[in-house]
Amino acid sequence: MKPPPFEYHAPNSVARALELLATLEDAKVLAGGQSLIPLLNFRLARPAHLVDVNRLPGLDRVYERDGGVAVGATVRQSGAERDPLLRERCPLLPLALRLVAHHVIRNRGTVCGSLAHADPAAELCAALLVLGGHVVAESTRGSRVIAAGELFRGPFETALQPDELITEAWFPTHATGEVGVLEESRRHGDFAMAGVARYRDRVALFGVAGTPVMADPDDPTRGLQPSGDLEASPEFKLHLVRVLVARAYGRAG
Amino acid sequence: MRVNGAERQAPGSARRLLSDYLRGDLGLTGTHVGCEHGVCGCCTVLLDGRAIRSCLMLAVQAEGHEVTTIESLSPEGAELHPVQRAFQECHGLQCGFCTPGFVMAICGLLAENPDPTQPEIEEGIAGNLCRCTGYASIRRAVRRAAELMQEPPPPASPGTPPTARGRVVQSPPPPASPGTPPTARGRVK
Repeated sequence: MKPPPFEYHAPNSVARALELLATLEDAKVLAGGQSLIPLLNFRLARPAHLVDVNRLPGLDRVYERDGGVAVGATVRQSGAERDPLLRERCPLLPLALRLVAHHVIRNRGTVCGSLAHADPAAELCAALLVLGGHVVAESTRGSRVIAAGELFRGPFETALQPDELITEAWFPTHATGEVGVLEESRRHGDFAMAGVARYRDRVALFGVAGTPVMADPDDPTRGLQPSGDLEASPEFKLHLVRVLVARAYGRAG
Repeated sequence: MRVNGAERQAPGSARRLLSDYLRGDLGLTGTHVGCEHGVCGCCTVLLDGRAIRSCLMLAVQAEGHEVTTIESLSPEGAELHPVQRAFQECHGLQCGFCTPGFVMAICGLLAENPDPTQPEIEEGIAGNLCRCTGYASIRRAVRRAAELMQEPPPPASPGTPPTARGRVVQSPPPPASPGTPPTARGRVK
């Protein structure tokens, strides 16, 4: 299989990458490529330029700041899953990562790439939302913080501008007992038919709307109108939400 | 980039997927392609020692990295790699199409986790599809490969019987093939 034609750029500094994103028409950031390359292979995406961020120095760090943990743009999902700081200070992220595709995919996929891709069924987007985290978006115009609640605009659609690069994602610190993530899928590693990320009395749902959505733990399906697909009808998705939220709080589903 | 220890020329086109580069440009057809969108796991290779999908990576992205394919495990004339031997002993393959991907995924798994539990084995091979075996024999092969890789190398003395090596046999017995010399079983590559 062959992706459609594109011009490939592999900048070796963040400044150069931002310059490319600012000047090139129809450029797409290539991070782990675990969603973008299949989209190219299927010709569902045809960007004129790919800006590969894998060689950018300094973005492979996981570090503490402002009462949370920041994860750089090139941190692999499997690296974040094993990271001692995240396990201790931000356990929801490793928990959610275990549900993301398969280990071999996570060896290449990045945390920030998953957030930028904004799949409605993505565990990491719901984790960022329920924790009230944010991403840092940089461009030649400067740097800005985009809160999770502002980031996700629709299926595969974010508030990021075409010239912006997510350089890191930030997740607030929390304790193991305060969080949980549950999902139901037909097969291991599949996208979830429905999923729930919990942080204290906050609940975010994924796989049941165009973006991850916050829900009332006592009435999680209120206002929810999931569309059905081959794997699950809308009614079944609503049922799953009720069961998973109950389980997230240790109640019988 | 280095492929199986040898320096290789960069691909001519940035559009070349790593899987197509390995097979088409380098003639390393042991890496199979199935779905070409990251679902089947046939094209799994190691990138700097970690298992990845070669169909989900551009070949140009591997520049400056080390790629390891199934061909390097048992070069011409060499003994089979412990993972390959485990597949043979446990009947972990039938048609063989998915096998290179499984073997490389398991090499990556055992490098990270030399003694995986049953759930860890299942998680480790969950990203590879096999339509022949029903997976039970592949799971056994992973367990067996872990044992084979942990065995101490055979002692230098040729007179030592294989049973004196302190090996714990847990998995299925070796195949009845009369051609398999018993001394070949305890070896660690």
